[in-house]
Amino acid sequence: MAESQLYQGLRAYALIVGMWVRSTMAYRTSFVIMALGNLAITALDFAVIGLMFSHVDALGGFDLAEVTFLYGTSSTAFGLTDLAFGSMERVGRRVRDGTMDTLLVRPVPVLAQVAADRFALRRVGRIIQGVALLGWSLAHLDVNWTWDRVLLLPVMLLSGAAIFAALFVAGAAFQFWASDAAEVQSAFTYGGTTMLQFPPTVFTTELVRAVTFVLPLAFVNWFPALHILGRPNPIGLPDGIGFAAPLVAVACCALAGLAWGAGLRAYRSTGS
Amino acid sequence: MRLYTAVVASSFRRYATYRAATAAGVFTNTVFGFIVAYTYIALWDQRPHLGGYDLAQAMTFVWLGQALLAASALMGGGFQEEFQERIRSGDVAVDLYRPVDLQLWWLAGDVGRAIFQLLGRGIVPMIFGALVFDLALPASPLTWLCFLLAVALGILVSFALRYLVALTAFWLLDGAGANMISVVLSLFFSGMILPLNVFPGALGETANALPWAAILQVPADVLLGEHQGAGLVGAFAFQVGWAIALLAAGRLLQSAATRKVVVQGG
Amino acid sequence: MAANDAAFIELDAVEKVFTVRRRAGWMRRERHEVRAVDGISFQVPRGEVVGYIGPNGAGKSTTIKMLTGILVPSGGRLRVAGIDPSKERTRLARRMGVVFGQRTTLWWDLPLRDSYALVRRMYRIPDDRYRHNLERCVELLDLAELLEVPVRQLSLGQRMRGDIAAALLHDPDVLYLDEPTIGLDVISKVKVREFLREVNTEQNTTVLLTTHDLTDIEQLCQRVMVIDHGRVMYDGSLAGLHAVGESERTLVVDLERELPPIEGVPGARTVRVDGARQWLAFPAAASAAPIVAAVAAAYPLVDLSVREPDIEDVIAKMYAERSG
Repeated sequence: MAESQLYQGLRAYALIVGMWVRSTMAYRTSFVIMALGNLAITALDFAVIGLMFSHVDALGGFDLAEVTFLYGTSSTAFGLTDLAFGSMERVGRRVRDGTMDTLLVRPVPVLAQVAADRFALRRVGRIIQGVALLGWSLAHLDVNWTWDRVLLLPVMLLSGAAIFAALFVAGAAFQFWASDAAEVQSAFTYGGTTMLQFPPTVFTTELVRAVTFVLPLAFVNWFPALHILGRPNPIGLPDGIGFAAPLVAVACCALAGLAWGAGLRAYRSTGS
Repeated sequence: MRLYTAVVASSFRRYATYRAATAAGVFTNTVFGFIVAYTYIALWDQRPHLGGYDLAQAMTFVWLGQALLAASALMGGGFQEEFQERIRSGDVAVDLYRPVDLQLWWLAGDVGRAIFQLLGRGIVPMIFGALVFDLALPASPLTWLCFLLAVALGILVSFALRYLVALTAFWLLDGAGANMISVVLSLFFSGMILPLNVFPGALGETANALPWAAILQVPADVLLGEHQGAGLVGAFAFQVGWAIALLAAGRLLQSAATRKVVVQGG
Repeated sequence: MAANDAAFIELDAVEKVFTVRRRAGWMRRERHEVRAVDGISFQVPRGEVVGYIGPNGAGKSTTIKMLTGILVPSGGRLRVAGIDPSKERTRLARRMGVVFGQRTTLWWDLPLRDSYALVRRMYRIPDDRYRHNLERCVELLDLAELLEVPVRQLSLGQRMRGDIAAALLHDPDVLYLDEPTIGLDVISKVKVREFLREVNTEQNTTVLLTTHDLTDIEQLCQRVMVIDHGRVMYDGSLAGLHAVGESERTLVVDLERELPPIEGVPGARTVRVDGARQWLAFPAAASAAPIVAAVAAAYPLVDLSVREPDIEDVIAKMYAERSG
């Protein structure tokens, strides 16, 4: 039953996404403008770091290649999730205007419908930018590429995307109760990816502990990246903690799934 | 005049009803304030007088940016989408036949929104910032008054820019692209993502001459006491000049748009 | 299947209680309970068309939301085609069609045709069935010229027709319509009603519709239920409702000139005079023909029309009857 539910969800997700991509391509000019605009936004986002490094050689003890590595990994992981789940912040609006009901009368899981709704291909801009910067940093980093480090790189990106996905889903679930509070989600998603673009040494250890034990954003890229870069853990955790990223990701997704189920149940018992 | 005052008031009340959204916005602004503040600390740690600011001034700039983000509509929003929707649906034809000035009407609504968001979304992040970080806030009430005037003029310039962007909906099928480009320019050239005096050489000079500087950089420098005497008058003149030029451009574009509506019948 | 046919839709003491929090001064909130549906029981046999009417806030929409599985009931037992909607929402979804008058189930930015293609894949409708059903809907609901238009550009009447088609492409056993003719122009209303009648007779589709328009009920429903304060106040034929509610129709006549109130027409009384126009009320169950004939015989008639009673009026009279 659970397996067929997952299959149905993925199938519906693919169907709806396919439809949106086709409809986006019907307005090709508009799509190109939006994609370029998105790319420009993300480029300017990195321009801050470029401008900072025009004045200094290191931030928090990390040089430009290292900060770019952090930026590239954070941005790629976030970009993957934003592409796949970016529409989830519209849940609150759907609850308010009553269109959530129309999703509940269709024979496919609601989560898949919400995630695929208004799928915006233009969001690949961030992934392109993230991968490009990651590539640049890899060429300029001075890293001893042992097999564990090579392995950790893709694992980090996928786990990071999954942790962000859990945040998107949990944030959307929260909107079943607080339908006006979509912006809270941005604090954790956009705020999270911005924070992770900088070295953990820039922030206070309390803040690093908070994003380790309360909201485990540090597993998106910080801890795995520190292992790859051969740097010590800022809050004294063992060096291999970066390898726990997939486990953390699975736990986050499970919790987010529970939160989503609870949110949907609350909606179906109150209707508002 | 009384009509526009009523529009300001009703727009203020309308935004005041979104309590949860306001609280959520304050929370997000505060979180971002913390993140950006620590990155600036790392930067100013290496270059203590970067851009002529000391650390306290840099911290003030960070929190001021978060406090004005909503009120000055640096990320867009406000009346823009609503106006574009009316253009798209053709309802704007009705607006044009009403005995009110279209630009003033939307300005009044945006002023009401800005006043609420200045109070509702500006004050709390600023207080949070002041509690945790050492800020360079002025003691003189006169400086605060000048600052408020600079903020008001900045909002006027912001409105004039967004009005121009909104009007593009008369010609473009989808306003989303224009909106997005407008947000990119506004975030970069207002000083929101990095103070303009940290920008190097010609880029810095250009950025300081563009209208977006009037929205955040100028009010921040007024608050930080960077403009005094004749310099202060010059700063206000810069804001007023851009406001007049852009509002006039808005009227020109609006009359072109009106002709288009009249000719095509909506 | 056969066992279900007599009670295709079955409600037994179904309840829905909402807890509403109200602001009571600064920061303080009061909780109180609202019984939106307060013990409703009825059965609908397969193939019946039922009108579900009542004032706003009576519990109509809440009932439909429970029947479709959107809302979980607070109490009682509810089955549609033997399925508990709140437990097996997606299984039931394949067998039902839903049209919400106020909001579309179509994809706002997609052309109708794309919306339908998505519905086909989502409901896994076999190709031949899909083609057949789409053709029929396009013909009967006059959609041919709208298929390439994005939903957001459709007028309310066009969109409603598009929505009804989308709800029927997968041959549902049961169709729920929440205010399907609200805000429609006269032509759209007629088309929608004709189409629904045909679907019902051809495919034996069970239909439950809420409406404010008595003509919908007259032309479509074999049975009408009046609900108020979450309870069923009346369940029977429309004629029976008129009898219970003592509802009256109105004959509006335009005379050649201003005249004193019309008198001497058996079975009717003049209720209003405005210049040359006069209004005569007569029992809803009675025929208008003899009244028109009597007026025409004695007065210089220019034009006339007959107005149906409002549902609100009928229900109000029904209450007056009970309490008085």
